[in-house]
Amino acid sequence: MAQPEYIGVKDIEGPFILVENVSGVGYGELVDIRDSKGVRRHGQVKSLSEKATLVQVFTGTEDLVPNNTKVRFLGKPLEVHLSKYMLGRTFNGLGEPRDGCGEIYGGKRVNINGLPLNPMARQYPRDFIHSGISAIDTLMTLIRGQKLPIFSGNGLPHNQLAVQIATQSKVMGSEEFAVVFAGIGVKHDDAAYFTQELSSRGHSNNIVTFLNLADDPVIERIATPRMALSTAEYLAYELGMHVLVIMTDMTSYCEALRELGVAAGEVPSRKGYPAYLYSDLASLYERAGVVRGLEGSVTQIPILTMPNDDITHPIPDLTGFITEGQIVLSRELDAKNIYPPIDILTSLSRLMKDGIGKGFTREDHPGVASQLFASYSRVQEVRSLAGVVGEDELSKTDKAFLSFGRIFEERFLKQGREDDREIGFSLDMAWDILGELPQSELTRVSMTDIRAHIKKKEK
Amino acid sequence: MELKNNIQIPTPRVGTVDFVNGPVIKASGMREFGMREVVKVGPRRLMGEIIKMDGEDATIQVYEDTDGLRINEDVIGTGEPLSIELGPGLIGSFFDGIGRPLDSLLKAEGMYISPGTAVNMIDRERLWDVTPVAKVGDLVSGGMVLATIQETPLLVHRIMTPPDFEGEITWIIPSGKHHAGSDVARVKDAFGREVSVPMIQRWPVRTPRPYRERLLPNEPFVTGQRVIDGLFPLAKGGTACIPGGFGTGKTVTQHQLAKWGDAQVVIYIGCGERGNEMTDVLEQFPVLEDPRSGRPLMERTILIANTSNMPVAAREASIYTGITIAEYFRDMGYDVAIMADSTSRWAEALRELSGRLEEIPAEEGFPAYLPSRLAEFYERAGRVVTISGENGSVSVIGAVSPPGGDFTEPVTRHTKRFIRCFWGLDKNLANARHYPAISWTDSYSEYAAEVDGWFCSNVDARWGELRDEVRNILAEDNKIQQVIKLVGEDVLPDDQRLIAFTAFLIKNGYLQQNSFGSDSYSPPIKGFEILSVILEFHHRAMELVHKDIPISLIKDDESVDAITHLREFPAEDKKSFDGVRSRIGAHLERVAAERTRKLRGD
Repeated sequence: MAQPEYIGVKDIEGPFILVENVSGVGYGELVDIRDSKGVRRHGQVKSLSEKATLVQVFTGTEDLVPNNTKVRFLGKPLEVHLSKYMLGRTFNGLGEPRDGCGEIYGGKRVNINGLPLNPMARQYPRDFIHSGISAIDTLMTLIRGQKLPIFSGNGLPHNQLAVQIATQSKVMGSEEFAVVFAGIGVKHDDAAYFTQELSSRGHSNNIVTFLNLADDPVIERIATPRMALSTAEYLAYELGMHVLVIMTDMTSYCEALRELGVAAGEVPSRKGYPAYLYSDLASLYERAGVVRGLEGSVTQIPILTMPNDDITHPIPDLTGFITEGQIVLSRELDAKNIYPPIDILTSLSRLMKDGIGKGFTREDHPGVASQLFASYSRVQEVRSLAGVVGEDELSKTDKAFLSFGRIFEERFLKQGREDDREIGFSLDMAWDILGELPQSELTRVSMTDIRAHIKKKEK
Repeated sequence: MELKNNIQIPTPRVGTVDFVNGPVIKASGMREFGMREVVKVGPRRLMGEIIKMDGEDATIQVYEDTDGLRINEDVIGTGEPLSIELGPGLIGSFFDGIGRPLDSLLKAEGMYISPGTAVNMIDRERLWDVTPVAKVGDLVSGGMVLATIQETPLLVHRIMTPPDFEGEITWIIPSGKHHAGSDVARVKDAFGREVSVPMIQRWPVRTPRPYRERLLPNEPFVTGQRVIDGLFPLAKGGTACIPGGFGTGKTVTQHQLAKWGDAQVVIYIGCGERGNEMTDVLEQFPVLEDPRSGRPLMERTILIANTSNMPVAAREASIYTGITIAEYFRDMGYDVAIMADSTSRWAEALRELSGRLEEIPAEEGFPAYLPSRLAEFYERAGRVVTISGENGSVSVIGAVSPPGGDFTEPVTRHTKRFIRCFWGLDKNLANARHYPAISWTDSYSEYAAEVDGWFCSNVDARWGELRDEVRNILAEDNKIQQVIKLVGEDVLPDDQRLIAFTAFLIKNGYLQQNSFGSDSYSPPIKGFEILSVILEFHHRAMELVHKDIPISLIKDDESVDAITHLREFPAEDKKSFDGVRSRIGAHLERVAAERTRKLRGD
């Protein structure tokens, strides 16, 4: 079906153009725009009324001349081309190849927005993903089908951590696996780091990369994660693969949303972000999961840098309300040269409770995890007390807590970038460290477990 | 059906779309349409609701995704406000925000929910064993029971006449198996017209169902959570809110209440929350047992889910859908509990729609009518005498998700005005994995005094006394902790150190409770036993401290350590409780005796 071409637009403002007297156009439809030199750009219908149609132009409106801009409405939504030949390839934020290896053929095209998954079609995620990192496996266990973001700050080693999880996780074990990497407004170096690290560890044929670099058009950032997630869903639910999606940096994504919202003249909400920021983020994060009766799964590790390390900033705040926990990196631990610098107290995995313990990891796992949290939280109190009265003035118990805290950070948290620890090893080490504390302080583990693990050591 | 609402239905009325902006659209040629009327939009017949009339034009909020909608497409009226179906088959079902059963959607559409799918809320073909209660010739009025159905082994579904209804029965359904779609009776009204009463009623969700009078809530809603039952109890027909930043355990607490709460019907609304959480409920509840009847929990539960990625307008409607179903079961004379997780998402849906309508925002972008909407919702809770003279109640527990965990934001602040029970979740407790992370300093319950009588006669006469003493100790401890933070524990006098130690026992042995395992449901008597062990220890230890016995001697014993592990015993295990009690007694006596010996200089 040939679509009519409209010549000339009324207004151009920011990334938006206003086209008059258009008929038969659907909300959210894809738009083809040609400037005076005949160069093509893509756009999307943002609002429709009888007189005027507002179009948001990807790649920006620079150099457009109102009088001779040609607009064609394509009658279909923004789509991504899916095929198994995407594995190993790199695309730009709009799904066009950027590795010079030519177009993708075969497969199918789907709307990048996807559709909400019927909660009844979901299967509750329970499969433990071994990450080989003690703090994560023991205290904030990653589960297949979970969305577990890394809350980080500028200059913290979040990229290294994500790569370590991706390469060590048993998602990448014997079964069919894939990593989908979405770089949203990332620095060129960061993107290169990811591709290099992942391919140098022998996974280059299992990665699909979507890159919107920091100097690429802002507006494409809205499409990039959706391209990546549509690809992940295709690989998982149609090709039966276990897919790990790494999206970085979600902060750039939200900034892009704010920029567009303000340009469109919307009523802003907290800190100028649009009121629909929560719904919009949810439409991304909720695209993780396991579907009953299907082989594959989509696990998400979005990375976001907290502006000013402020966890109450709308971006981490709303993310935390949608995702199933968070891994928070701490500048203080990083300064102590502890890698990974995971702040365990503010970190959390909500799906952990059903994926650990008897039949999953080890029977004593839930109790040990709870006890480590409780004791390490006490360590913080004792440290602030020691800061006031001095370490020498502390009671015997408090001193025990200080030494527990030190050993915990040095032995349990700290580990090498290629150090892959078994969960049993991590749990035994945890018991070993808990042995530093007087038994009356171990209120979270059952008497039976104390007898089994601590007394044994004393003999 | 004659018994519909007062909107007159003329010939099919059609308007045309002339503006689209996400879930908000405008249509012209709408003068024949009613305010708040439900309309079908475009060729896919998307469901929408008229929210504003302006001359020829109407503003419509659409409950489904509007992608692909075009200008000049049709808007067709349905003649009624947003309504849901009420009848047998609700229990154990799982609906979306506008009452579409998700299992039917799954069958019709596959794993994704696509817009424009119409399915009946209640399966009309399902057969039920109906037992008539009324007879031909009976005079009936609104809310009277016509027939009963054993819907699940836990619940008898009473088919009632609709409210505002009077007449004489001319025909009643015979006993036996019938489809849910059939009529239960025919009734001749005052004007001699014969009207049939179907088994499935419709009710507009934004209109509260009528009742005869309200009763004072003086019976507790027992939750099996020690910190709630013991310190901040909720009454049947009461209202509570659980505010907390992310990761403080709102959802886990709500799930605990849905599992163990003392209600005959539980309605769980997942409003703008995670899909996996609903799946969790769906997988757990058929397996978990109701502690009172031993039957699967699903036999008393109704789930409503509008997850965060489902259309935002339907999120706004889900709260009303839930409370209307709750009122329907209340009218049968049941105690119903409704958990709304989270009301902040509902308020944000209001904000989002308000923004798209370009209304002038009040605080933080929320519309100025936010407090009145909150009040309307919470006021639909209550213990009442129904129009047919039964006692029933709707208890409402709303989770609130304040941005940044800041309780001064508008939704938390306004919610506090309309609820009487406040369970504030504390970030620091959650970080230390002290669950439930309900803060004992911020929380309150206005029902505590009202329900004391019930606990005193049903659990132990000293219930209220213990509660007051625990609150005193925790309040004292709060002050002492401030000092400890500055100078350390060792410099405090021993009586203060003992209070701090007893508070430690209360926090770790009583308030803290596992959400899984045998401790998940803790009947009031178990909590009472634990508390009485702790307080007995406290009293006797205090005597010893006053005799100048150092606290380190008092604390240092295996039997005292055992106090924090008391909650690992089941409630019936009286022997273990008594065992710990007598071991503590023996230990303290030994300490006292040694002291006396030393003083005598032996």
